Amino acid sequence: MLDLRRNKRLPFFIVVFIAPGALIYSLFMILPLLDSLRLSFFTTSQDNRELWNGLGNYARLFSDSDWAPRFWGALRNNFVFFSIHMLVQNPIGLLLAALLVGKGRARGVYRTLLFLPTVLSVVIIGFIWQLILSPLWGVAPGMLKAVGLGSLFRPWLGLSQTALITVSLISVWQFIGIPMILLYTALIGIPDDLVEAAVVDGCSPWNIFWRIKFPLVLPTLGVVAVLTFVANFNAFDLIYTMKGALAGPDFSSDIMGTLFYRSFFGQQLQLGNPTMGATVAAMMFLIIAAGVLAYLFLWQRRVQSYQL
Amino acid sequence: MRTTGFARRLREASDFAILSFFALLALFPIWMILTNSFKARKFIFGAPFSFPDSETFSLIGYQTVLSRSNLPQNFSNSLIVTVSSLAMILLLGSMAAYALSEYRFKGNAFIGFYLAIGIMIPIRLGTVGILRLMSALGLVNHLAGLVLIYIAQGLPMTVFILSNFMSQVPDELKQAARIDGASEYRIYRLVMPLVRPALGAIGIFTMIPIWNDLWFPLIVAPSGRTATVTLGVQQFLGQFVSDWNAVLSSLSMAMVPVILLYLLFSRQMIRSITAGAIKS
Repeated sequence: MLDLRRNKRLPFFIVVFIAPGALIYSLFMILPLLDSLRLSFFTTSQDNRELWNGLGNYARLFSDSDWAPRFWGALRNNFVFFSIHMLVQNPIGLLLAALLVGKGRARGVYRTLLFLPTVLSVVIIGFIWQLILSPLWGVAPGMLKAVGLGSLFRPWLGLSQTALITVSLISVWQFIGIPMILLYTALIGIPDDLVEAAVVDGCSPWNIFWRIKFPLVLPTLGVVAVLTFVANFNAFDLIYTMKGALAGPDFSSDIMGTLFYRSFFGQQLQLGNPTMGATVAAMMFLIIAAGVLAYLFLWQRRVQSYQL
Repeated sequence: MRTTGFARRLREASDFAILSFFALLALFPIWMILTNSFKARKFIFGAPFSFPDSETFSLIGYQTVLSRSNLPQNFSNSLIVTVSSLAMILLLGSMAAYALSEYRFKGNAFIGFYLAIGIMIPIRLGTVGILRLMSALGLVNHLAGLVLIYIAQGLPMTVFILSNFMSQVPDELKQAARIDGASEYRIYRLVMPLVRPALGAIGIFTMIPIWNDLWFPLIVAPSGRTATVTLGVQQFLGQFVSDWNAVLSSLSMAMVPVILLYLLFSRQMIRSITAGAIKS
């Protein structure tokens, strides 16, 4: 690194290097975000003027009889959606990562195949699973029948008790590659001599994993958790593709992303409402920011001490 | 050594059994779509698990897609958007990453933090503001609007990945160039080829999300003329939902290019993520 702190003025080439990117980023990411947050404190009048509304939109979102059930429902569903990812996606991702570490070409092939669904568009994945689970096509019932469990089949996507869980598991199926690859890179980054020393001491593979490797990948698990949190509270595409903007049946698969879309653009008879849309987005922002800050200040600090 | 050869082989076998189970789970749905897209309707339902043969083979779905959909145009839209966004992201991102990793100056940490906001806070949350801005600039239903949004979306992650790689470039090289009288711009161009291994990681974390995005095409550029593949397929599927041949064929056509590209670059992608991770 070249130390330029003693220069009185910022050298011109630094401006040339940073300004173009920073400008586009500020103009199309930061300013619209601030503008959205600002709009959540306004309403629009009949003639499209902005009127200051204080916390009125938020009060409406939390307690109005039209908005509150949708908001609290979407928030609850979003936590269910997130919990399923944490309980299913990330543990299996860790298992697969642990199994992928080792020698041999075969492991490379598995790594490539297991990551494949992650690179496909959510729209494609959503439709594929809609077809596979469709009672019309009969692939899922046929397979269950083949193993003698035919009576267990239900149109899972169409029932309000199971739609959310089904959609969550499909999302897990698609994105399992992300925790897998991140944890895999963390695992192969562990120095060989550490593991070898444990082997010489007669440690079992099970103990080596849990006593040595697992504590060393804890920081990465934290990253995985926060990435999952951000992605889940920002999710939209899969549910929009499989269940439409109304996130049926009876809003049972509605999450913050679909609520945001409906509030902003409207649905069926209800007109879109940009300021209420901005309010839902502001709530998503607060939730995501709270998750990120909790990670940075609570988790990351505590886990640093484990590092070598 | 306590583990005997037999125990080790048993463990290997169980490892591969688990991996195979999950690999099958990952590939089976994709396989079902691809194989059935080449069958006549009767056999999609009558024999979904069999591989298409001379009796069941049919291209009717692909014919419907090619004659009734906008898929070729959608592909070219996606290609234009993804390639131009990526080119701009790489250029602007590498410049910023170079300045942030190479020079210690007042404000360095602040700018680094400011750019990192975009890694954690999704750009989607500013959609209301983005749509207002796009209408003000007259960029609704223009591919250029999408490109600008994607540059802003992709820059933070790219700067982060590239700074990681750039700080690994040995100092001696740059100092030698400085002594030879090279300008800072010249040194940037000298460093660029050395961080080529980062391209794989950028491909996964920046390019694929752009290609696959549904949200911004749906909101900022929904017109038939500007629809990207993801949006085009979504709309086509909505209209042809009961034409199973067309549905399976359009899904296959949207999937195959991405799968091929991925298989081509997967090794480099993994290697580049790994290279960045080990260091940091």
